[in-house]
Amino acid sequence: MSIADLNLYQQAILLLAGLIALTSFLMLGQSRLVRLVRVFALQGFLLALATAMAANVLNYPHLYISAGLNLLMKGILIPMLLHRLIRRLGLHRVMDTIEHPARVMMGGATLLIFSYYVSLPVINHSPLFTLNAIAVSLAVVLLGMLLMITRKQAVAHVVGFMSIENGLFFAAVVSTYGMPMIVELGIAFDVLVAAVLFGVFFFQINASIDSLNVDHLSKLSEVDK
Amino acid sequence: MIGIYLILFIPLVGMSLQAFYGATPKAAIINLRCNILSLISSVWLAIDVLWNGSLFAFDRMFYIDSFNVYLIALTAFVGLTTSIFSGPYMQHEQDSGRLSPKRLKLYYSMYQGFMLAMYLVLTTNNMGVMWVAMEGATLATVLLVSLYRTPESVEAAWKYFILCGVGIAQALFGTVLLYFAAEQKLGVGGDALLWTVLHENSSSLDPAIVGLAFVFLLVGYGTKIGLVPLHSWLPDAHSEGPTPMSAILSGLLLNDALYAVVRCKMLVEGALNNHLAGHLMMGFGLLSFLVASLLLHRQTDIKRLFSYSSIEHMGLMTFAFGVGSPWATFAALFHMTTHSLTKSAIFVTVGHASQLAGTQRIEKIRGLILTQPKIGWGLLIGTVAIAGFPPFGVFASEFLVLVATMHDYPWITPLLLLGIGLAFAGLFRHIQAMVYGEPPEGQTPITANLWPVILHLALVLWLGLAIPDFLGNWFNQATLLISGGLPQ
Repeated sequence: MSIADLNLYQQAILLLAGLIALTSFLMLGQSRLVRLVRVFALQGFLLALATAMAANVLNYPHLYISAGLNLLMKGILIPMLLHRLIRRLGLHRVMDTIEHPARVMMGGATLLIFSYYVSLPVINHSPLFTLNAIAVSLAVVLLGMLLMITRKQAVAHVVGFMSIENGLFFAAVVSTYGMPMIVELGIAFDVLVAAVLFGVFFFQINASIDSLNVDHLSKLSEVDK
Repeated sequence: MIGIYLILFIPLVGMSLQAFYGATPKAAIINLRCNILSLISSVWLAIDVLWNGSLFAFDRMFYIDSFNVYLIALTAFVGLTTSIFSGPYMQHEQDSGRLSPKRLKLYYSMYQGFMLAMYLVLTTNNMGVMWVAMEGATLATVLLVSLYRTPESVEAAWKYFILCGVGIAQALFGTVLLYFAAEQKLGVGGDALLWTVLHENSSSLDPAIVGLAFVFLLVGYGTKIGLVPLHSWLPDAHSEGPTPMSAILSGLLLNDALYAVVRCKMLVEGALNNHLAGHLMMGFGLLSFLVASLLLHRQTDIKRLFSYSSIEHMGLMTFAFGVGSPWATFAALFHMTTHSLTKSAIFVTVGHASQLAGTQRIEKIRGLILTQPKIGWGLLIGTVAIAGFPPFGVFASEFLVLVATMHDYPWITPLLLLGIGLAFAGLFRHIQAMVYGEPPEGQTPITANLWPVILHLALVLWLGLAIPDFLGNWFNQATLLISGGLPQ
């Protein structure tokens, strides 16, 4: 099946899926925190766009609410919150060193291929573009984890965490046209509370180790030292 | 029917009340009263289910059957006894200057918030809402872990937040996949996420997708159970937070996460027609069981010691649910009860012991029996019970797990015996020195309320000697529901 056989909506979703995966890779390679947050906001924006498009084309009005919520939270509110925290904690000039950037990127690419491999069973009963969308959303989840593993700054961990949520949201939108409204609202509530709590934690961590480098959080260990 | 609404409404009211009164001396009483009311409504609900069978409420959003109603009652009971302990304990912490009234307010309102999340996990029929409530439980407790604001506690809370947050995100992906599989058969709409609907139609769901979903669900909720290798948040969070919270985390949260996994397993077994889900749970469970019993030997903090013991027991339960025969399921349900009762009793005693010694370090806690016999004996008997000595209930349930394993997978039994032996040795090498021996100079008795401990241990003893009829009946019904057969 070639890509030209798909209708316009499906092609657009595929394009957005590609762009969302691209933003994940951009985050992986971005060492400045302020720009990292900007790329994250862009990802949220793309996600909201995909959702709104699905709502329009497939005629599921409840998806408009999801799109609006997503735009508001992931595109505007959380990036703004992170931005302000970065400024207030004086982190806007901090470079988060990425060790072995080339290897991290290769690892990311491997994860993307792995996601396609894992999602293959899904293809049996669904159109081609669902496979792509599910594979990309799984990849965004895994890339978010990779981001958290390779970084030392707590802010980057939060961005990774939120981008995992983005991946999940994208999976829900393209494969199942969103979750039931009550679940959707519940998830949004959880994400919002989590964002606020992360802010609280930045201050607590900063007060306790005088930086947000979580590598310094190493007092507790599995066995006695 | 009204019981369901009450059980959710009471903690909600409690949470809002504590937002106003949490910093006043009345807070402990309010907390206690809310938990008493919750227990009453849970018993009411239990009786309702016992007489009328499983029931729905609020447009099928809530579903109560014999499996979750017994966990609701257990949750309410442990919540109540822990709140009896928490009042004087938190007062002591405030008097010794470790906590300000403002943080006490946070503690009390989040105590109720946590209970609300737990009841919601147990009562809801919607897999998505279950996920939301499970995440809510993390959010409610994460600030409690860092309540003391020590560098260690902040580190523990951060780890707890990140690990559980990322872990549980996997469960959401699993839920999305489950919904995706269901939607192909049942059409678009809210119903496709209802557990009862999924369960009815489980045989027609696409096995490939459901299998994939289960892996994610197991990893996600398994993080909350504390399955190795996803466990590293658990000892940190248990050891650094206030002790009443360790008691409810260990006694309730872990159980409820396991409950979520078992619910998912029930769906998946129907769709797959093989033992993939069971085998995965057995593998994870056995690994957790063995690794945790080894790690018990190298602990220096008394609360960490018992959190590894929790991982070990949760591993055993996960294993038993994985085996999946009626006997094993019965044993796992029984073990859930005995473990939660014993472990929360132990954490209460440990809380007193560490207040007595002024530290949580095992090497500094000495001579408990000589200083304050009640605490010393409480800790000793609790440890004897959790290590699986007869005549306590944990012995009975572990024995049942062994018998069930012997029947289906005889070659695993030696591993289980090895783990139980290791865990026993690991606990006693530390406990012996703490309860016996000479107390350090200047160690004086403290005011301690050990009624919760006595009550829990007496119940565990009773369960070890004879399972009362109504409870046995209950376990039987739940076993029938989960494994499709009765133990005989």
